[in-house]
Amino acid sequence: MKAPPFRYHAPASLSEAVSLLSNLENARVLAGGQSLMPMLNLRVAAPDHLVDLGRVSGLTGIVDEGQSIIIGAMTTQRAVERSALVARRCPLLAEAVAHVGHQQTRNRGTIGGSICHLDPGAELPVVAAALDAELRIAGPTGARRMKFRDFPEGYLTSQLAPDEILTHVAFPAIGARTGSAFLEFNRRPADFAIVSVAVQITLGASDIVTHAAIAFGGIQGAPVRFAKAEEALPGRPWSAAVGETLRRLVPELACDGDDLYPADYKRDLCGSLLVRAMTKAAARAGGRDV
Amino acid sequence: MGEASSRIGTSARRIEDAALLRGAGRFLDDIVLPDLLEATFLRSPVAHGLIRRLDVSAARALQGVHAVFTYADLRPLMTSDRMPLALPAAGLRFAVDPFVLAVDEVCYVGEPVALVVAQTRRIAEDAAALITLDLEPLPAVVDPVDALAADAPKVRRECPDNLVARTRIDYGDADAAFAQAPHVIGQQFRLSKGGGHSMEPRGVLARFDEAEDLLTVWDSTQMPHRAKAILVDALGLSERQIRVLTPDVGGGFGPKAVFHPEELAIPAAALLLRRPVKWVEDRFESFTATCGERDQVWTMQVAFTQDAKLLGIRGTLRHDHGASTPYGIALPYNAATNLIGPYVLPAYRIEIDLCMTNKTPSAPTRGAGRPQGTFVMERLLDCMARKLGLPRDEVRRRNLIAPSQMPYPIPVRQRDGSTMEYDTGDYPECQARALKAAGWTDFSARQAQALSEGRYIGLGLANYVEATGRGPFESVAIRIGPSGEIVASTGATAQGQGVKTMVAQIVADAFDVAPQAVHVVTGDTSATHAGLGAYASRQAVTAGNAAHRAARLIVEKAATAAAELLEVSRDDIEIVGGACRVKGVPEQARSLGEIARALAGTPGFALPANLPPGLSVATDYMTAGLTYTNGTHLAEVEVDPETGGVTILRYVVVHDCGRMINPMMVEGQVIGGVVHGIGATLFEWMRYDAEGQPLSVTYADYLLPTADVVPRIEIHHMESPTPLNPLGVKGAAESGTIGAPSALVSAVEDALRPFGVTITDLPVTPPALRRLMRAAAARSAA
Repeated sequence: MKAPPFRYHAPASLSEAVSLLSNLENARVLAGGQSLMPMLNLRVAAPDHLVDLGRVSGLTGIVDEGQSIIIGAMTTQRAVERSALVARRCPLLAEAVAHVGHQQTRNRGTIGGSICHLDPGAELPVVAAALDAELRIAGPTGARRMKFRDFPEGYLTSQLAPDEILTHVAFPAIGARTGSAFLEFNRRPADFAIVSVAVQITLGASDIVTHAAIAFGGIQGAPVRFAKAEEALPGRPWSAAVGETLRRLVPELACDGDDLYPADYKRDLCGSLLVRAMTKAAARAGGRDV
Repeated sequence: MGEASSRIGTSARRIEDAALLRGAGRFLDDIVLPDLLEATFLRSPVAHGLIRRLDVSAARALQGVHAVFTYADLRPLMTSDRMPLALPAAGLRFAVDPFVLAVDEVCYVGEPVALVVAQTRRIAEDAAALITLDLEPLPAVVDPVDALAADAPKVRRECPDNLVARTRIDYGDADAAFAQAPHVIGQQFRLSKGGGHSMEPRGVLARFDEAEDLLTVWDSTQMPHRAKAILVDALGLSERQIRVLTPDVGGGFGPKAVFHPEELAIPAAALLLRRPVKWVEDRFESFTATCGERDQVWTMQVAFTQDAKLLGIRGTLRHDHGASTPYGIALPYNAATNLIGPYVLPAYRIEIDLCMTNKTPSAPTRGAGRPQGTFVMERLLDCMARKLGLPRDEVRRRNLIAPSQMPYPIPVRQRDGSTMEYDTGDYPECQARALKAAGWTDFSARQAQALSEGRYIGLGLANYVEATGRGPFESVAIRIGPSGEIVASTGATAQGQGVKTMVAQIVADAFDVAPQAVHVVTGDTSATHAGLGAYASRQAVTAGNAAHRAARLIVEKAATAAAELLEVSRDDIEIVGGACRVKGVPEQARSLGEIARALAGTPGFALPANLPPGLSVATDYMTAGLTYTNGTHLAEVEVDPETGGVTILRYVVVHDCGRMINPMMVEGQVIGGVVHGIGATLFEWMRYDAEGQPLSVTYADYLLPTADVVPRIEIHHMESPTPLNPLGVKGAAESGTIGAPSALVSAVEDALRPFGVTITDLPVTPPALRRLMRAAAARSAA
């Protein structure tokens, strides 16, 4: 199949890109194209204009700002995967990004593209949810910042206005005595996740959990924080028994299913992946990598 | 001087690969002609409906569009309303040959309705979107069992009902066997198998040359001669007016043996427009417009003795045939006959119903029903083992046909009217070798050890046979001119499996040259007088033996001519390195070119030895009967009981396809076949909703096995030559697919033994395994 007709724009600056988006009707941002181009060729998307951010300066790179790691939205997934800085300061993102598609698609796919596309099976939005990453957005009236928790609107849609561009994502850097883990289940390693989970926990004295963050992907239109479980964890050390307590909370998760992967099956996966991920994260927090 | 690598039985390098690896192959979409136009089809968006209005005027008006054709536009070129392609079949109650484009009823999603021809494919797709197609929805029939209900809606209005064919296999006295059997087990199986999904999709390019009065059709097909015959019939042209050429083909696997509507519509468009027209299938069309396999529902019973001897099997097979009959009824018949496998089965009765549904028509894909039949038998054997508390290998061993029983007739009539008969093979030895290679005896200890670590591993086995080398014939012609080049043309066709190397190696062996010295022409209807092509794992048997015969004949002619030219007796001539020379006097020799020059004739002079002119020969090999390949597969898997995920840890095949021409290519076929089987077992699933809408029309939803889920496949060979052909060869192309589902499912069930699940359906998905485990847990709790 061939894409329906569209006009291609390649602005060189952010202001030019924003101005194009403000002035053009039915325009879409092209940010790597690993999802959008197939959608065009399948004719499930039919924008009249494509605004390619590939030549816009200032949108790539990974910077350590102390509290956060700031990643330009057009930074490729492969660059993030290969970044020693990300591996050290944001290991959850490093672990998750290796699951995104194939190496060939990671060479072109971008951090911002994945987060804005919000595919329910995508890995990066789940990390952004677990860490409540901060999104830096440019628009015709200037820049604004938004926490990821406020970002998704629904299935494949975000709060981004048609004339706004995600420019950077700030992922909180990992602190002391903190461990994270990302796990997903899919049929083949490079596929979108049927269910994925991103967790990060911090331990205090006597390995008592002081803070926990848990996000699931694949069970609803947008990533879901598992607040019940996050609240249940602090105050005791991680153990298999605590894991079983968490598993018993899983039936309360709202979960979308279909004929192939029904909701009860997805909840099975949530329980299993959650306990496995927490076990890993707790070991890592305690200084024992697994 | 002889090239050891040319000998039959050695792993000669493939002569195809140098071009393919350099990107110098020429596939259909690589062909560009002057004035070429590109086409797309508007297809039915619903599974069943009546066309109330089809308005193509806006599409025709779009700039760059050359034509939009509907059925009414093409019909004047056709000799009949429907495409004339019915394959004869006993049991067919009514033939439903497809229409080139829908007339007034659409019967599956993807059925072609209109053909748009434009400057480019993109413009054609833009134009197709402008066509108004008003459909009155009709109820769709989706399930093959429901299709036969008394109140089922009709799949096609003109048909009396949805039972397109009914046939049966019945030998021995099944009812008597069941009446006296100490044990009977009944089980229903619902088996889904997917499509061919060749890397290169289908495609057709047609050009009409008025000066030559010739319609040339490039077609990515497995059967160019059949395509030509259908085009001659359908268009009312003569044989000399149509030439079908098959360029490099990137995989066939069955669907490209079926003649599809596009293969008639595109040539018709080229005739009407007097411009070359090309159409290349897109991936949505691969799922909806290309024939593939679908669902089968088997309701079966097995009767057996206390010591695990089979007494009889009986039951029914409901086969989902889709919306028309493009390729006879071979598929379910193969499935039912292949159930018997390498086992002594004294009595067997199966009623086979071919049910029409509002889905893309079903037709053979690699294995062609046999994996399903084998699956049912192997599952029943595993059920017997469980019931009797016997090891799975032991139950099989007690029922395997012994080598002393060969040839082993089975009272089942085949398509050609003959009785089924296994020719050669040592089935017990094949199983024994596979068990040994996979470490069967030690496995229970390994399994227990793994379980103590919380890992669920299992080992499964399956035996199978495959009827290969289906006739009636295949053609090979060899020509050598004064240039000395050896050119072998064959009606066999190449889809990537190495057919050219196979033919070249056999011919090269006879001339004592390297296979690269033989130029092989496949897929050109003007290059051989007749031909059939690729189906039923047949080309090494049929074209291989034709090449062998042709090579022997032409070598004899060359030697006779050389003897005359060198003034020695024929018996003093030997062929070495492609030259005929006098034994013991190597400097006295004539090259093939010199001999060809002599045989080309000189005005007024006699030909050497009064031989007929030309160093050329054309021959056909006619088969003596099907020859049976067999094998045993052992699969080791690990199952994650919490997710239902299955990982294949190890895969062992012991394979016997008689004498091997090129073991490397046999292994390529077996590995590819196993991967197809892995797909059919764990990944591929063409799904439809209750309205007949296909749910898996991208490769994100329809999962093909990728390199990272396929284990290394370990192959061991046995060679039981067949007496049915001079080379002693059997087919190898589909065999790998046949055993894989049975072996894998037996392994998964073995891994989940602590949970007590019985797997009856294909494919095996993680949620299905979780469901089975839950049901088993509920049963044991109750």
